[in-house]
Amino acid sequence: MEPKAIFEAVKAKFGDAVVELQEEGFRPAFLVVSPESVREVSLFLRDDPAMKFDSLMCLSGVDYKDRFAVVYHLYSLTIGHQIGVKAYLPREAPSLPSVDGVWPAANFQEREAYDLYGIVFEGSWDLRRILLPEDWEGHPLRKDYKYPEFYHGIKV
Amino acid sequence: MKAHAEALPTQEMLINMGPQHPSTHGVLRVILRTDGEVVVNARPDMGYLHRALEKIGERVTYAQFMPFTDRLDYLASMNCNAAWAWTVEKLAGIEVPERAEYIRVIVCELNRISSHLIAFGSFTADMGAFTPFLYAIRERERVNDLFEDICGNRLTYNYVRIGGVSADLPDRFLEKTKEFLDYFEPKIPEYNNLISYNKIFVHRLANVAAISGGEAVAYGLTGPNLRGSGVSFDLRRNEPYSVYPKLDFDVCVGTGERGTVGDCFDRYMVRINEMRESVKILRQAIAQTPDGPVMAKVPRVFKPPAGEVYFRAENPRGETGIYLISDGTVNPYRLKIRAPSFVTMNIFEKVTKGLMIADIVAVIGSFDIILPEIDR
Amino acid sequence: MMESLAISLVHAVPALSGVPLWTLTLLVMVVVAAVVLTFALLYAGLATYVERKVAGDIQARIGPNRVGPVGLLQFLADGIKLLLKEDIIPAQADRFLFALAPYLVFIGSFAAFVVIPFGVGLIASDLNIGVYYVMAISSLVVVGVMLAGWSSNNKWALLGGMRAAAQIVSYEVPVGMAILPAVLIAGSLSLQDIVRSQAGFLGIFGWNLFHNPFTFASFFLYYTAALAETNRTPFDIPEAESELVSGYHVEYSGIRFAFFFLAEYGDMFVVSALATACFLGGWHVPFLSVEALPASWGNLFSLGVFLGKTLGLVLLMMWVRWTLPRLRVDQLMRMAWKYLVPLTFFNLLGVSLWLLLFRGKGIPAMIASLFG
Repeated sequence: MEPKAIFEAVKAKFGDAVVELQEEGFRPAFLVVSPESVREVSLFLRDDPAMKFDSLMCLSGVDYKDRFAVVYHLYSLTIGHQIGVKAYLPREAPSLPSVDGVWPAANFQEREAYDLYGIVFEGSWDLRRILLPEDWEGHPLRKDYKYPEFYHGIKV
Repeated sequence: MKAHAEALPTQEMLINMGPQHPSTHGVLRVILRTDGEVVVNARPDMGYLHRALEKIGERVTYAQFMPFTDRLDYLASMNCNAAWAWTVEKLAGIEVPERAEYIRVIVCELNRISSHLIAFGSFTADMGAFTPFLYAIRERERVNDLFEDICGNRLTYNYVRIGGVSADLPDRFLEKTKEFLDYFEPKIPEYNNLISYNKIFVHRLANVAAISGGEAVAYGLTGPNLRGSGVSFDLRRNEPYSVYPKLDFDVCVGTGERGTVGDCFDRYMVRINEMRESVKILRQAIAQTPDGPVMAKVPRVFKPPAGEVYFRAENPRGETGIYLISDGTVNPYRLKIRAPSFVTMNIFEKVTKGLMIADIVAVIGSFDIILPEIDR
Repeated sequence: MMESLAISLVHAVPALSGVPLWTLTLLVMVVVAAVVLTFALLYAGLATYVERKVAGDIQARIGPNRVGPVGLLQFLADGIKLLLKEDIIPAQADRFLFALAPYLVFIGSFAAFVVIPFGVGLIASDLNIGVYYVMAISSLVVVGVMLAGWSSNNKWALLGGMRAAAQIVSYEVPVGMAILPAVLIAGSLSLQDIVRSQAGFLGIFGWNLFHNPFTFASFFLYYTAALAETNRTPFDIPEAESELVSGYHVEYSGIRFAFFFLAEYGDMFVVSALATACFLGGWHVPFLSVEALPASWGNLFSLGVFLGKTLGLVLLMMWVRWTLPRLRVDQLMRMAWKYLVPLTFFNLLGVSLWLLLFRGKGIPAMIASLFG
């Protein structure tokens, strides 16, 4: 299905939760949705027979300087089309529902986004830091991250 | 037996299969809670090799990031290099000369063979058969010699460039590769006779950690792990890139020949068969390589247009995806690497419930994970 | 036997007739023990070298070749290295048991050398309970291994120790039952008697291997079960290097580790020697009657033949180690209790019935009597 058609179908079902379609310069195209609706949209995209996006290729956090975003790249093994879903988040207390009930593959990648950006995924069955030590302070991939001077008394 | 065990008060043991362990394929820590020999819970703990590659990517230029991709999956360096090159070329719309594309495919497939050899060798070594590892290393030495010819390095090649490859093939490279293929092809049935169908080996692997096709897709397994579960999906066939549409090969799928579909033995056999298919691809690629330039015209100060792109390549360990956001400057804005081993570890905790400690080793080996990729 | 040696020593050297007999006997015993121990240690050292060379051959590489001619002195270099290493005992470990364990394993392995029939009249001590003694003293290894696993204060060592204990104890049963046919045929537990009972029939067909089909099977069953006794691949789970990081001897270093290591090779020799003595005719030379030769020639020749057969079996163990993968613990236990125990049991029954029916005559004896 073409991105425009997917956009129309999702907008028809979810209305205002679907904000816009980013197509020019974006490969694959992105459906921008509101953070609260991410879970429902994902379920629809996974289960609808015309969509059948059964594979979450990649889940990333992004720090656009004025806001965060969580980006999902979806792929359908049965139909063979790709789409992206993006949800913009405010910089203070970014959080949105977790999709690890929809695609279990999301779990580690959500933990990584939490670890490196501080984005909280509500309802995740296991949200802990994954790459950095449990007691690390700060979220390194943020654009305004200050490198710490000391860690456990050792000069870093 | 179970009822009797519940009547006795037993204590669970908390064992650390620590970062330093002969069979965790790198610095992976698995926290095991076991009831005697049976595993109750096995939690992987990663991050010992985290080098902040993604953060570094935001500070270096596109060309400067190439050596970093070498260290992503050092056993499949060429594949990672090429994945980065293809991503940037997709973003900037660079047209790569055909000879360069063929050279890329040749080195990628050679690297696939050498990566699968290591996977095969270390897996059998973990199972206790020490000899096949040395045979695999012996074969791999010949691939290393070929790579040394091409770019001077034996492990982290940094050969592919954005827009092509860094230098043309040396003299007689294609003939030497063909000699290697002629030498290597009869080795695969030899390995099968030696170890693959050995009764003890099969008994260790059959019916261990069987993953169904649907589960595999939902948990994000890709590459040989996904194909071992019976799902016939290969990026080179389903979403072809580079010159793969011109090459003819079969997709190897696990068939449950010695147990259930999707058990450790299936994943192992898929890798063995993939080596054979790589040989096929290489023969065709060698025959089809045209003459011509090996590098496109890429400006020195390379500023691709602003935009976001996601590209995925079929690496020996699965699907390596790179999500690249560019803001029009010389440095990438955001660079996310979707490492196949990282996503594969999602299913680890689920699949190891109820296995024995010896099976944990079999599972880790059959997933063929590599830590630098997981930790980046 | 030591007494008679002492007496012959007095006859040979009249100057010693003033010394009381018990002193001389004691002296002779100590000398014989020293000789056996030296042989055993030398064998163990060379066995490590041979193992590495065999491994190299099988794995398409060379093996040790720097120290001494063709690397022969490698084991001396390794021994010196291990002697000079720092003696580390883990902080929380049980010091006494930690130190005791290697000795127990060493004793359990090397004390069995005393009853091995090396040649005609070449046996350190011809106990009339020879086989029984070997089985009993090798079980000391279990105690040593469990102590090592427990006292190391390390969960991996504990797991390895538990596995080893379970494995060795389980495989004692089929080993015992597989060796009994030889005892039944000879009618005696003494190893020299067992070897002597395999005399005749051109020196080769008298072997227990060819006595009847049940003993033929017994040999292979014994060899397999004994392979598991000695913790060799495919049964080397207790020390599975790639799973348990060396299992029960993970915390040992230096000479303590050397004891474990040497004990393993000593065990291999004992097991092979037992197999040779009980099934392969011991020191009987094919097509030659050793007892008819003059004393020293006979001794030498039979010693050479015995060592040849035993070391051949040891080589076979090494060959198997580098070829086969490892069994999992539950598969190993299943193999012992569900397969080897019933098989050896029925084997034993078969041999008993055979001996009853045919009055102790083996197949070669029956064939020979056909021809008169």
